[in-house]
Amino acid sequence: MNFNFKHEWIETNIGLMAVLTMLAISVGGLVEIAPLFFIDKTIEKVEGVRPYTPLEQRGRDIYVREGCYLCHSQMIRPFRDEKLRYGHYSLAAESQYDHPFQWGSKRTGPDLARVGGKYSNEWQVQHLVAPRSMVPESVMPNYPWLLSTPLDISDAADRMKALRKVGVPYSLTQEEYKANVVKFGETVAPLLHIPDAQKNLLEQANFGNYDGDRSGISEMDALVAYLQVLGTMIDFSKYNDDAFVDNR
Amino acid sequence: MAVTTYSGAEQYNFDIVKKFAVMSLIWAVVGMFVGVYIASELAWPFLNFDSPYFSFGRFRPVHTSAVIFGFGGSALFATSYYVVQRTCQTRLISDGMASFTFWGWQTIIVTAALSYVMGYSQGREYAEMEWPIDLLIEVVWVTYLILFVGTIMRRKQPHIYVANWFYLAFILATALLHTFNNLAMPIDLFSMKSYSLFAGTQDAMTQWWYGHNAVGFFLTAAFLGMMYYFVPKQAGRPIYSYRLSIVHFWALGFMYMWVGAHHLHWTALPDWTSSLAAAFSILLLMPSWGGMINGIMTLSGAWDKMRTDPIMRFMIVALSFYGMSTFEGPMMSLKEVNALSHYTDWTVGHVHSGALGWVAMISFGSLYHMIPKLWDTKMYSQKLIEWHFWLATIGIVLYIVAMWISGITQGLMWRSFDEFGNLQYSFAESVAAMMPFYAMRAIGGMFFLSGAVLMLFNSLMTIRQAKQENAVLEAKLAAKLARA
Repeated sequence: MNFNFKHEWIETNIGLMAVLTMLAISVGGLVEIAPLFFIDKTIEKVEGVRPYTPLEQRGRDIYVREGCYLCHSQMIRPFRDEKLRYGHYSLAAESQYDHPFQWGSKRTGPDLARVGGKYSNEWQVQHLVAPRSMVPESVMPNYPWLLSTPLDISDAADRMKALRKVGVPYSLTQEEYKANVVKFGETVAPLLHIPDAQKNLLEQANFGNYDGDRSGISEMDALVAYLQVLGTMIDFSKYNDDAFVDNR
Repeated sequence: MAVTTYSGAEQYNFDIVKKFAVMSLIWAVVGMFVGVYIASELAWPFLNFDSPYFSFGRFRPVHTSAVIFGFGGSALFATSYYVVQRTCQTRLISDGMASFTFWGWQTIIVTAALSYVMGYSQGREYAEMEWPIDLLIEVVWVTYLILFVGTIMRRKQPHIYVANWFYLAFILATALLHTFNNLAMPIDLFSMKSYSLFAGTQDAMTQWWYGHNAVGFFLTAAFLGMMYYFVPKQAGRPIYSYRLSIVHFWALGFMYMWVGAHHLHWTALPDWTSSLAAAFSILLLMPSWGGMINGIMTLSGAWDKMRTDPIMRFMIVALSFYGMSTFEGPMMSLKEVNALSHYTDWTVGHVHSGALGWVAMISFGSLYHMIPKLWDTKMYSQKLIEWHFWLATIGIVLYIVAMWISGITQGLMWRSFDEFGNLQYSFAESVAAMMPFYAMRAIGGMFFLSGAVLMLFNSLMTIRQAKQENAVLEAKLAAKLARA
């Protein structure tokens, strides 16, 4: 066969060049991203991980809005020092309902993947309003407006509906609700029911009283509710140390 | 030189190039100012002023968008429109489309910055723009692609010059990355807020596939296109090796797309993915250095220009930083190194050795070459170019050294144990140890910013001077005509 390739063919034909360039740049992404949706092992089978309640989700939205991810990671690596400082390394399952993921890339402040329950609500509120009053070395901005801004709860259901469309198992119909009872249990399933979004949000905020002020629901209530649930969903005492090694 | 501009006025659309060039300098000053400001916030947190609008978390995307898309993007639009017209010896196919890309792009940067400050963010690094802005980017970008490819189709000679390959790859790759990384579901049609289509691990992989290739194509391939035109032009020598440019073009385009997952070493992303990314990151050293060698060696036979020509010096220093940061990158993508460097300031230093050292310096060099040609005059002050060069170089060195020390210190403090096997330092102690380096970094940034301010001033004075020269010329011509 007389096939004498010349690069000249490509550099004299813009169409050919564009097509070949597209081919060259498409391979990497296809090979590395597409399989993550199909390989079952990518996300660990683990009990306890559930979608966020309406209040927690609103808190998460505030976390994204304020750009917390730019200084705080939510991804503990499997190292001895990180285990001592932050706890069990993060599982893929723990962020399976996170749209968008907030693993972060920088620790100007500490990792927050398991900050839930580590400090009291009062500590969190005081620290968010004036970080240096709790940690003198801190360089975190003060967030006083979280306490003074009432939480907008009017679109709580709409937010859950949008998340449902991208795959979060919030229930809209009775069938979906029943499926959630099977999947997440009788206590959790009602919290994931979209028609009750507003009611659930108010109940959790009033009962939890995260910001310590009973006169209304502030953005602080939502953010602290979110922080307090981070990393607390899995009971790691149920699993032995190398339970998740195969998933890596 | 004068001849090209006079016929150039009709032959080429230089008006659009001028607009983008000026905006590029303005965004450089704005974006770098915000950069210095947020760097100072980390050193002196009172600068957050208890205000949502100035707080670090909302302001940082303003910095990244203004420098990457405002400064870098406008510089790329300007130079790509200049290069494609000059090398194809033809005018852009549509003045209207060109103008649309200009106003569209500026609108994108302004609305993006305002939206971050107002609290709208997708929470994805370097892709914080919410969905309506993303849609506008999509439209502007497709227009750009049509305009660029259409102009190449009208070229006067059969070959497409190598700079245009790189610009083409950058336009195509950016379209691909932007589209897939920004798939999202808005809360409703009248809400700026949306949720990403993917979650958790898959979302992380998609984001860093985008994130690293924003570096690979937006901040590298495209600026290599710039290098392939302006370095030989300024040196007055042909490109060192044609064969090398072919090999490293295809290798770079193919390999870059695999490396994003090195941002996710030791995370919940499966090992196979991040190992693959690490392997490709190391391979990537070769095409990267291919480009650097091709650029630097173009100067062989004209090395004296390093001493005499400050513009050439910008370009060669840019290529040197390119070489350095494309060595540092593969090293940091080794899992053992990454275990130390990840989450620390070392990453920030690495990004800036690429962004300031390579991207900004090659842009400054190219713009200094192009601006006098566009306005058919000389730069207002050579001395100011010299000053800019030294301010920028000192600024980069201060910045990178500060971040190396703070990054490695952080990494080591986090993992040290005392004699009982407990953690030696609290996190807060590591934060306190950063203070001098954060201050040093802010000062380095100020040096770099002041260089950019000098450049803006020098360029505006050049434009003013060109207008005066033009007026004198026209007066003379009128006088001549009147006498005749």
